[in-house]
Amino acid sequence: MLSAQQLEAYITQNLACEFIKVLGDDGTHFESVIVSNAFVGKSMVQQHQLVYAALGDRMRSEIHALSMKTFTPEQWQKQSAA
Amino acid sequence: MDTQAKIKEMVTTNPVVLYMKGTPKFPQCGFSNLATQILDACNAKYVAVDVLQDQAVREGIKVFANWPTIPQLYINGEFVGGSDIMRAMYESGELQTLLNAAK
Repeated sequence: MLSAQQLEAYITQNLACEFIKVLGDDGTHFESVIVSNAFVGKSMVQQHQLVYAALGDRMRSEIHALSMKTFTPEQWQKQSAA
Repeated sequence: MDTQAKIKEMVTTNPVVLYMKGTPKFPQCGFSNLATQILDACNAKYVAVDVLQDQAVREGIKVFANWPTIPQLYINGEFVGGSDIMRAMYESGELQTLLNAAK
């Protein structure tokens, strides 16, 4: 069964993240918070597409649903300070 | 007509289109359910396409938007996002603005 830790590893293999946290223990539904420099200047759609691209075919086969909150490092700092 | 052309026609001839699993009355997935609730909360008029009724559309829509999950929302022919993005844009008020412009 796919674990949240494995999913974190899959994402960080292909996308450099400043911070990542994936939660979920049923093997198919996951929630995540992802902070990456790669998100700077991108729309929310483009940010999620980068994460989906990092997961590649796994998104079609192993993972039913991955809920995401994506932040640039700057947004994340503001979020943490708030 | 091939599937990509069919999807293109659907999203450009209707101002607001939601591709979802099931129907607004009987959604077959929690995320699709959330998407319909958000649109209802915005008082949006929309066309819902049940991807479970057509395997070609179910796979084709993922290619169309380069987006591997369903639901998917389109406004004025543009891909807006999935349920996470819909929720974020609903909370910020952006979604209501987009929907108002689509009417």
